[in-house]
Amino acid sequence: MVNPEAKLSPDVFDADKLQMMPTRDGYGAGLIIAGEKNKNVVVLCADLTESTRSEAFSKRYPERFFECGVAEQNMATIAAGLGVSGKIPFISSYATFSPGRNYEQIRTTIAYNDSNVKIAGHHAGISVGPDGATHQATEDIAIMRAIPNMKVIVPCDAIEAKKATVAAAKIWGPVYLRFQREKSPVFTTEKTPFTPGKAEIFWESRKPQVLIVGCGALLHNALLAARELDEKWDISSVVLNVHTIKPLDEEKIVALAKKTGAVVTVEEHQISGGLGGAVAETLSRRAPVPMEFVGMKNTFGESGLPPQLLEKYGMGVKDIIWATKKTIRKK
Amino acid sequence: MNLFAIFARIRYIRATLKMEALHEKKLKHLEEIANRLRQDVIEMVSRAGSGHIAGPLGLADIVAAFYFHVLNHNPKKPQWENRDRLVLSNGHVCPVFYAALARAGYFHVDELKTLRQINSRLQGHPHRGVLPGLETTSGPLGSGISQAIGMALAAKLDGKKHRIYCVTSDGEHQEGNTWEGIMFAGKNKLSNLTVVVDRNNIQIDGFTENIMPLEPFRQKYEAFNWHVLEIDGHNIEHFVDAVAEAKAIHEKPTVIIAHTIPGKGVDFMENDYLWHSKPFKSGEAETALKELRTLRGKIRSEHQ
Ligand SMILES: Cc1ncc(C[n+]2csc(CCOP(=O)(O)OP(=O)(O)O)c2C)c(N)n1
Ligand SMILES: [Mg+2]
Repeated sequence: MVNPEAKLSPDVFDADKLQMMPTRDGYGAGLIIAGEKNKNVVVLCADLTESTRSEAFSKRYPERFFECGVAEQNMATIAAGLGVSGKIPFISSYATFSPGRNYEQIRTTIAYNDSNVKIAGHHAGISVGPDGATHQATEDIAIMRAIPNMKVIVPCDAIEAKKATVAAAKIWGPVYLRFQREKSPVFTTEKTPFTPGKAEIFWESRKPQVLIVGCGALLHNALLAARELDEKWDISSVVLNVHTIKPLDEEKIVALAKKTGAVVTVEEHQISGGLGGAVAETLSRRAPVPMEFVGMKNTFGESGLPPQLLEKYGMGVKDIIWATKKTIRKK
Repeated sequence: MNLFAIFARIRYIRATLKMEALHEKKLKHLEEIANRLRQDVIEMVSRAGSGHIAGPLGLADIVAAFYFHVLNHNPKKPQWENRDRLVLSNGHVCPVFYAALARAGYFHVDELKTLRQINSRLQGHPHRGVLPGLETTSGPLGSGISQAIGMALAAKLDGKKHRIYCVTSDGEHQEGNTWEGIMFAGKNKLSNLTVVVDRNNIQIDGFTENIMPLEPFRQKYEAFNWHVLEIDGHNIEHFVDAVAEAKAIHEKPTVIIAHTIPGKGVDFMENDYLWHSKPFKSGEAETALKELRTLRGKIRSEHQ
């Protein structure tokens, strides 16, 4: 059942009532709050002001908004300079371009420099849809996670995205925030606990046989899968929201892996190097248990409607259920 | 005229003689194709429910001229090794290229209906290898010129005579990679490379000169040792002339700065940056198609 402590929306399983909103909207709202609280917050964008939801900030605080044109490498390095000069820059573009194109600038001038820059990668995952594989970031968590001194946060809905944006402004140092284009269920509430680095149990049934670890909008699919597993297949599970992939909440993941003895990871990202990789690295050291990975399996995406793509590339509810059964069988 | 200019002139005349002369009838034919491509773009993007519009409409004349006059290519043998290469750098304008490839015979025009749909070869941004006629994958801006440079170098190494063209946008000239390529091509005197810039003055957030000014644009290329030509990008004759002149320049790569009107051919789209890409409201696609079919009422009025 839904963990009451998580204070999720009462409509979490009511498709008709559930509000739909893209996580990028939470970024836009969070920037305004962060900007109000702290005059040092500045926002940069590379010719994608509206679609990265930097627009509201650019209108409210025009003197603290910098349009860089189509120049993501320049944007990252300018931010690096701002970040060592007392400012808190947020750089905004699509994740394939930032941190995609400007990876080395981020690595050296932001992370190695320990500059206080927040990198907002938008349009992540294949649910970007019709734009196709060139615009669907499915490796961004991996490349950001591998950089020392970088923190990585992947919010699961628009409310959590807003909290993550506000929190990032307060955390010292480089942070990567990952957002999605497509509308997705808003299933957390303002009261849902959110602390960077701390994973939250969203679902737990009695004597859980499997741990489902998720991040991003797909976490809602994980909840749908958990309910179906419970009701239809008599398989009890825990669903853990790991919004912060780095630093990973190792203690909680290890404890729950030991308790359940089987783990499935769920993410809109390549199965190597992302959330699944991070969890596997931890568990192989501290609590080796059978694992299955739901995500992109070493392939690029393509054009299509988001639900079609999630199904074709194996990230639907039924795929999570299938992976769960498979990992339990391996116990 | 100095000696160099005289030689260039002679080579220019030779080159123009080699390419089929653009007589009145052919010109009219190309203009009709361009109009057909514009209609294809509207139909494709409105059916897909998303996609780019202003850029493709603005480039239709140049794309028609490329595939139906300029390029030495064989749609039935897309891998023919002596074909001219046309690298599309600003991949988002692909609808007009897909339409041209289909109309030129690379694949059936019916397939245009599948743009941006699942399992289609017509990806939202071009994917090399899945669709015949595409020389590269693009969409992420600013990497086309350098890839064209690679192809131009390979042609020179192999002693091949085919030419390399690259279509790029003005917005792409805000990317550092673009200028790194321009510098390299100037240094290496890549005369087999011709770059065509869609100078339509718009990008997503607004007009280029407000977002990140590119002017003086011509002088920038000149300073990097390129031969620079500026044309009206809707005048097919001038474009074909410019391509011929580029072939005659042996010391430098050539850039053709094509001044175009974004959204060209559809009154309510022209020069409005918001039409870079936006979904059609109901009736808008039909209005646009009607305007293109009647050439802004010109056809009907002629027959009235
Ligand atoms: C590296 C990269 N950054 C950002 C984008 C998003 N983007 C797509 S088109 C575009 C505008 C570029 O201007 P231009 O090519 O001149 O557009 P047009 O004239 O066709 O409207 C941008 C910023 C991208 N595709 N690639
Ligand atoms: Mg432009």
